[in-house]
Amino acid sequence: MAEPARAKPKPTPETQHFWDGTQANELRLQRCDACANVYFPPRPFCPSCASRKVSVFKASGKGKLYSYVIHHRPAPGFTPPYAIAVVELDEGPRLMTNIVECPQTPEALELDMKLEVAFEKLDDKITLPLFRPAKG
Amino acid sequence: MRRNQVAVVGAAETTELGIIPNTSQIQLHADAALNAIADAGLKLSDIDGFATAVETPQQIAHYLGITPTWVDGTSVGGCSFMLHVRHAAAAIEAGLCKTVLITHAESGKSNIGRTPRMVGPDSLNGQFELPYGVTTPASMFPIPVLRYMKTHGITHEQIAMVAVVQREWAAKNPRATFKTPITVEDVLNSRMIAYPFRILQCCLVTDGGGALILTSADRARDFPNKPVYILGTGESVETPMVSQMQTFDSSRAFKVAGPLAFKEAGITHKDVDHLMIYDAFAHLPLYGLGDLGFMPHEETGKFIAGGHTRPGGKLPLNTNGGGLSYMHSGMYGMYALQESVRQMRGIAPAQVPGAKISVCHGVGGMFAASGTIIFTNEK
Repeated sequence: MAEPARAKPKPTPETQHFWDGTQANELRLQRCDACANVYFPPRPFCPSCASRKVSVFKASGKGKLYSYVIHHRPAPGFTPPYAIAVVELDEGPRLMTNIVECPQTPEALELDMKLEVAFEKLDDKITLPLFRPAKG
Repeated sequence: MRRNQVAVVGAAETTELGIIPNTSQIQLHADAALNAIADAGLKLSDIDGFATAVETPQQIAHYLGITPTWVDGTSVGGCSFMLHVRHAAAAIEAGLCKTVLITHAESGKSNIGRTPRMVGPDSLNGQFELPYGVTTPASMFPIPVLRYMKTHGITHEQIAMVAVVQREWAAKNPRATFKTPITVEDVLNSRMIAYPFRILQCCLVTDGGGALILTSADRARDFPNKPVYILGTGESVETPMVSQMQTFDSSRAFKVAGPLAFKEAGITHKDVDHLMIYDAFAHLPLYGLGDLGFMPHEETGKFIAGGHTRPGGKLPLNTNGGGLSYMHSGMYGMYALQESVRQMRGIAPAQVPGAKISVCHGVGGMFAASGTIIFTNEK
């Protein structure tokens, strides 16, 4: 029997653009056309001013490490210990992610360290936005 | 809401707490309810208002055989019962019902007849948190703590002291699950669960329940126990996704609910004799002390490490031992309320002498919701 895999997201009509973006190796966010608020998670209106006029745009994929835990308990698709992190994107919104290409230790994972997106393809439909220490 | 118009006249926990392998979750509700009804000297037929969480009100009301004219199924996590108290007080004042029963029970450890909690893969949590390896609350609730520590200059040793001090309170409580004293070193050397938190900074997992009965203050004096009045209340919700909190160095839900309750009660922090802050994990009392306005967040760690919340300290906090040492069946808010009521009745195992005002602050989910109730035994 195959090892249990990590939980896989199932897009909804309102989030499909985000998952289409990651498949194309783009991190897509939304910006309100009325008040310029950039927000996440996806929805077809601005949670700041309630305008339905919003646009999808390609984010820089850059951010910094806002906070994390290093989980030592088993989880499907993970080998403990592994970090569950929250990245603060340069555009403002934060999202949960994992940090790759980096030891999963308090010494290596410094708050505010610069990160960049690293896409991980799970299957033909879903690619996850993970993050790694920024190069250069 | 007007002060002191509604009172708690019945309060009880399940006959047993801890590991209860011979009782289903629904029966734990009934056990707590029957104990509270006996405590109030009432009959089931006297109950005309009913509230519960996780289970539907119809499930428990029918099992108990009561026919309410007012129900509340607010289910926002472990502080749901604080919200029930607030809503019940408003309903009694509005004349929608006279005598409200609020129940909680969870077969958190033994898992008998427990309602499954599912997160769908197409929910926002399922899409934007679950894929990154979050499982139990221990993998999620501590995510903000490193940012809190960095912003406010809080140390690992200070957070470890939360667990140490609560064990001191638990040692005075015959019903507490863990009573053996622990040290900061014990905490910092205990098994790592989710860095920076170790097992002694995570709540217990137990079985149990509790129930409260509320009625109008004019009727409250006719009951067998000393009435405990509702002086102030507050509530709010923020987000079901811990990653989407407005900030990690404080809780928006706490900052709304806590000050609302203080304003309604018309008291200052100096008036507080006794304090409960729902401690599913060791950082919550720090967030609570700061967000409820007892002190700036920068001072919360020093305050607890300085012994001010321990037995004999100036602000007795989590005097039953808390979710870290007393019990935690999954939705601990009911047990915090029970301890506030015991303190106001003057019958707590670790009684704070002469306590007149008790603040009881709850959290739901991972900072997703909050409810604050301020009690007094003086009208």
